[in-house]
Amino acid sequence: MKFDFKHSPAIDQVGIEERVARFNARSIKKETKLSGLKLALNMIDLTTLEGKDTEGKVKQMCFKAMHVSDDLPGLPTVAAVCVYPNHVKTAKQVLKDSKVKIASVATAFPSGNSTLAIKLDDTKLAIDSGADEVDMVISRGEFLKGNYNFVFDEIAAIKNACGKARLKVILETGELSTLDNVRKASDIAILAGADFIKTSTGKIQPAATMPVTLVMLEAIKDHYLETNVMIGMKPAGGISTAKNALQYLVMLNETLGPKWMSNEWFRFGASSLANDIVLQLGKEAKGVYYSKDYISID
Amino acid sequence: MKTEDTITGFDWKYDPAPEAKDHIKLKSQYDLFINGKFVKPNSKKYFDSYSPGSEEKLASVAQANAKDVDTAVIAAKNAYDKVWKKMPAKERAKYIFRIARVIQERARELAVIESMDGGKPIRESRDFDIPTAANHFFYYAGWADKLVYAFPNRKPESLGVAAQIIPWNFPLLMAAWKIAPALATGNTVVLKPAESTSLTALKLAEIIQECDLPPGVVNIITGFGDTGAAMVAHPLVNKIAFTGSTDVGKIIQKAIAGTNKKATLELGGKAANIVFDDAPINQAVEGIVNGIFFNQGHVCCAGSRLFVQENVAEEVIQKLKARMQTLIVGDPLDKNTDIGAINSKEQLDKINEYLKIGVKEGLELYQTSAALPKKGFYCKPTLFIGAAQSNRVVQEEIFGPVLTIQTFRTIEEVIEKANNIPYGLSAGVWTDKGSKIFNLTSKLRAGVIWANTYNKFDPTSPFGGYKESGFGREGGLHGLMPYLKF
Repeated sequence: MKFDFKHSPAIDQVGIEERVARFNARSIKKETKLSGLKLALNMIDLTTLEGKDTEGKVKQMCFKAMHVSDDLPGLPTVAAVCVYPNHVKTAKQVLKDSKVKIASVATAFPSGNSTLAIKLDDTKLAIDSGADEVDMVISRGEFLKGNYNFVFDEIAAIKNACGKARLKVILETGELSTLDNVRKASDIAILAGADFIKTSTGKIQPAATMPVTLVMLEAIKDHYLETNVMIGMKPAGGISTAKNALQYLVMLNETLGPKWMSNEWFRFGASSLANDIVLQLGKEAKGVYYSKDYISID
Repeated sequence: MKTEDTITGFDWKYDPAPEAKDHIKLKSQYDLFINGKFVKPNSKKYFDSYSPGSEEKLASVAQANAKDVDTAVIAAKNAYDKVWKKMPAKERAKYIFRIARVIQERARELAVIESMDGGKPIRESRDFDIPTAANHFFYYAGWADKLVYAFPNRKPESLGVAAQIIPWNFPLLMAAWKIAPALATGNTVVLKPAESTSLTALKLAEIIQECDLPPGVVNIITGFGDTGAAMVAHPLVNKIAFTGSTDVGKIIQKAIAGTNKKATLELGGKAANIVFDDAPINQAVEGIVNGIFFNQGHVCCAGSRLFVQENVAEEVIQKLKARMQTLIVGDPLDKNTDIGAINSKEQLDKINEYLKIGVKEGLELYQTSAALPKKGFYCKPTLFIGAAQSNRVVQEEIFGPVLTIQTFRTIEEVIEKANNIPYGLSAGVWTDKGSKIFNLTSKLRAGVIWANTYNKFDPTSPFGGYKESGFGREGGLHGLMPYLKF
């Protein structure tokens, strides 16, 4: 295969936006809505990535990850928790052998402005502490300079350091400016060894949007058509309502199909989304919206 | 943790999401709308209007004969001479604005009736047909008192009575395309909707009544081809506006030869949709789908001939097939339906006949695995792969969800093939290269050419064809001219 990143497929922004509008026009009702909401809940990477994170905060979030709402029987857990590398150990203590995975950001998150050596150390810290997944950031400055090989090599090096852990590559699409760039960065990440591609750190606006996610899903689809290899997708930041999550699922369903409809291949990076899903599922179960005081906020 | 806590990949089917229809008001029988009132037809005959989605009878509709046409044209002539011609343009505009606003107010009811009567998916009638119809009235209302500025120093004057005959593919929207510019320019109207889709035009008659338009300014009569022929032949008619088949267009042309009647004809099409290897392929696939499967392919400007550059043909066809599998075919009133019902039994028979012809000609047929409803008239989205210019399915207008795919190697070749057809209504070009777009748009013999998009309509932009696709323009400033003399 020829790695010529100057010639990634063209993206037509107007066409992308029209397609997204069509997804959003789908009417999701009854059983479709229930199964979709449960699936969305099961796809969440419950996230805390703040300077003020403490052990206590991380422990509380991990407990929440396993018990999203015990009030509603039959709910799935979230997919994973997502924390800084120094909190991975704490998360591991709480989650033990639960199905909830631990994702850790690494590589000088969120800016990625550091040396490869430091990024590799950061990754090693996460892996050694027990992370199942690593969320790295690409060097956006180098990308925008046109230094695509640098970006590629860096991802490949981190992938190598990840061992068995799955690697999510954050493109920080809010800094890439065009959908053509989003496509190009997706292609680089996929070919360099990403297991997942991810939109954003959550620190830059705009974070995940549906048009950006569609462009990335198409990159995944094109790669699959060519190689039969599945890559995962994680929109992160800005998805806070159950309705919006269902719209993303419609997009996933109609772009990549049933094979991707599980948390092995799709994640939502979000913190407040889980509670809105619980609120909606509670309404479906009980017929009325109950007070948010009934939903824990960890 | 139990294993069932994790959801594995599954086929997420959408539950039915039917649009409610309890809010609509349909009479069991509709009379002719002449001189501001609903009147019994002189013919004393009525015909039934069916829903193609369910085959249920919706209403019976009056069948106008030559005597009824005469009454309607005389009413229009009187209204023109005594009221409409003399009315200040600013006052005329107010009526047109009023019609636009009432269409908006009753958009939901109109959308549901449009989908029931015509078979198009509610998503399209709700998001496209009805809002665009209202926009046409809004747009032309604005021109009514500005005609002297639109055509400076040319003294624009109205013509008189316009006889307007419209097709069944966009019933209310076509009525709006015809009525709005005619009224704005000071003409009066006798309009006949197609026999299979009379109901929204009759609802429009009710709206016009509600808007207190002076009697006779708009008359809406229903019936078959002979009703239309009587309208065309009537001596008091000054202007014919027809949208429909090329065959009927030719008959009209012959009928008005030697008379003083002006005409605009918007006829058939067989548009080339051209995809180059440097196009944004995923969006092009989307555009191909919108180009041919919009409104079940019942669109005169549908992109029914796909030309793909040879080196990307395999990729485009593979992706197109996969995308087609996600199209939901079924109940027009379900909000998730992408492709609704074929407008009538006759049209479905015609499409099926062409499917047989294509197969007989040796083309590769591809249809999606969509299950079709048992009742109603439905057709699976269809591709004919490996088509050639000489195939009948390439040469003739099918007017259904059937796309022929041809490949090409060079720009010269595709321009030549795209133009090698009796029609010339529309075309599409997909490339990331601007210079290629300008090159093609200047060489393709088509009235409308879309670049990196397809099937886009706006009241401000003119629409119309070359060659056997007709003449005259509708929409925009150009759409005023066929209703004026200078």
